[in-house]
Amino acid sequence: MLNDWLYVGIFALVSMFLPAAAISIAALLSPKKPNSVKNATYECGMETVGPAWAQMKVQYYVCTLVFLVFDVEAVLLFPWAVAYKQLPLYAVAEAILFILILLGGLLYAWRKGALEWL
Amino acid sequence: MSGLQIVFLIVAVVTLFSGVMVVASRKMMHSALWLILTLLGVAILFATLQAGFFAIVQVLVYIGAISILIIFTLMLTRRAMDDEHPQVIKGWWLPAVMAVILFGLIAGFLATWKDFQVMLNELPADAENLAAFGSALVNPAGYVIPFEVASVLLLAALVGAIYIAAERKEKVG
Amino acid sequence: MSFWRDPINFIIEWAKGLLAGIGWGPGWATTVGFVIGAFVLAAGAMFFVVFLIWYERKLIGRLQDRFGPNRLGPWGLFQPIADMLKIFTKELITPSGVDWIAYNLAPVLSVAAVLMMWAVTPFSKTFFGVNISVGILFLIAVGGLGEVGIILAGWGSNNKYALVGALRAVAQLCSYEVPFVISALVPVMLTGSMSLVDIVEAQNPWYILVAPAAALIFFIASVAETGRAPFDLAEAESEIVAGYNVEYSGLKFGMFFVGEFLHAFTASFIFVTVFLGGWRGPGADQIPVLGLVYFMIKTFIVYFALILFRGTNPRFRIDQMMDLNWKVLTPLSLVVIMVIALVDRLFASSADWLRTVILLAANLVILVVAERLIRRGVKTTGLEVGSRERPVASPDNLFIQPGSGAKG
Repeated sequence: MLNDWLYVGIFALVSMFLPAAAISIAALLSPKKPNSVKNATYECGMETVGPAWAQMKVQYYVCTLVFLVFDVEAVLLFPWAVAYKQLPLYAVAEAILFILILLGGLLYAWRKGALEWL
Repeated sequence: MSGLQIVFLIVAVVTLFSGVMVVASRKMMHSALWLILTLLGVAILFATLQAGFFAIVQVLVYIGAISILIIFTLMLTRRAMDDEHPQVIKGWWLPAVMAVILFGLIAGFLATWKDFQVMLNELPADAENLAAFGSALVNPAGYVIPFEVASVLLLAALVGAIYIAAERKEKVG
Repeated sequence: MSFWRDPINFIIEWAKGLLAGIGWGPGWATTVGFVIGAFVLAAGAMFFVVFLIWYERKLIGRLQDRFGPNRLGPWGLFQPIADMLKIFTKELITPSGVDWIAYNLAPVLSVAAVLMMWAVTPFSKTFFGVNISVGILFLIAVGGLGEVGIILAGWGSNNKYALVGALRAVAQLCSYEVPFVISALVPVMLTGSMSLVDIVEAQNPWYILVAPAAALIFFIASVAETGRAPFDLAEAESEIVAGYNVEYSGLKFGMFFVGEFLHAFTASFIFVTVFLGGWRGPGADQIPVLGLVYFMIKTFIVYFALILFRGTNPRFRIDQMMDLNWKVLTPLSLVVIMVIALVDRLFASSADWLRTVILLAANLVILVVAERLIRRGVKTTGLEVGSRERPVASPDNLFIQPGSGAKG
């Protein structure tokens, strides 16, 4: 089993090495003529005004938080799904209870307007 | 020095270094990125212990969700693009001494454990039995109560965060 | 004969024998074998993208009633090669004030995240990278690494529009992971294992016939995860001017582009593996290379469907996308899981085919009920904007407006 993970690690290193190698070859082959206009930040052709910061909306945070809760829920359901074929009916009922509690949370979020994007 | 030991040493050093850099870097965004590297190191350590499910869950939940949440929170509360702070507090020698003493104590206790020098054996191929794990999670004699309590805990986290964020939305807009 | 039955594995075994013959120990031989195998698979994937770019451009051209590229080579086959050569020699303009590591790591991480998905899928009975016990979760986890790449691109570019574009793209990708993960639970439930090799081998009727509702949700969520039309808000030209990769030029931009095409193909073959039976087909068990052929045919059919979506649907707005995800797909996927779990357990003792038919019926009922509910929630009566009279130009009343009564 360790061999499997060794392969995954090697594949990860190789798959990061290949694009990096390609970009290095391109860096060697390409011309390099920087000047201050080319290196300026792109703002649809206008001059940059003010430092580069962006106004965050709170929807990004709430959306990611709801995603986190459902992600953890799905991850907790994966072992149950693997063992599903051997489980008796009450185990299915327990998992359905689990999902119903979180569906209730989704309904709360919906009614509170946390899922709006405006 | 077997291959596993070399991999463990490298990953452990990288993880510890990233952990130190999380608190020591000047920009908050850099701290978040060093945190991602630390979590990746912990996932690789799980994989060397052949707990494949936990390695993948670490990447999926911690790096794919929690790190992104931390980065969004950073941006929401600070102007993250140009955020620099001094990183040294005044009386830093006292916590440093306490940390070294604590490390010495823990390492000393571990060294008296009789299996400290035993190498890790590779588990047989069917040792990672996810079906048994799943059955244990819903078994009434197993962990079903923590399983259901976990869902209530997640619900509480969801409701609490939405309540706080909705209050902030009213304060801001 | 055994070479023709399974050419790829034959070559792998021959190479391993060669390495063992040199006299290296088993640990080193395995590691070198892994490195060479990983290299061949990853490089093969990257060279395959060239063909995919040609295929997509030709098809999009035909959908838009024009020829695609047709100048270079027969049917324009050498066009992507010419594009690659051009993009290798473009100047890599690095804007001032960028964070060097984040800026350069982002395209590498985006492509690496997609390439890693090729390591665990079974392309035929014997040709796969590695059979991890948590295959399907691995695919989802490395998708998360791609999101980190996008954040690095947006933040490292020192450009507020890139940052806003990156945040929107990541919010979209994160949100659509929820129905993706939840509907990926259904094949795991029906198979009893998370490993992709086991999922393919257990698909006696294909899972799309057993759980079409879950397949539909999985498909829509994977199209949204790849950031293609109609979900391509993050990179649309009329939106935030190419979004998070606005400050990239030359091959770094090319890498984002390659990553996106490869992700579309990868999403197709993940769907094929999980719901359409992967490499299975008549005769594929005995002759492994036939499995590879079936896999490629099925993947190209799904990829064709993806390109059709791109060519025919208008783009979603961000609030429409988020509504679709949180108010339609997530509750629907949770309901699908509960219904499939209950129905499968209640009829667990019946014959296999009967259970399949009942599950299919349950899924179709869910889909019909969902469609009714959605239709009730959507306003379908149009809004009259302006009058229906249109000024008609003719030679004797060139400057007349309708209804004004004046004659010129």
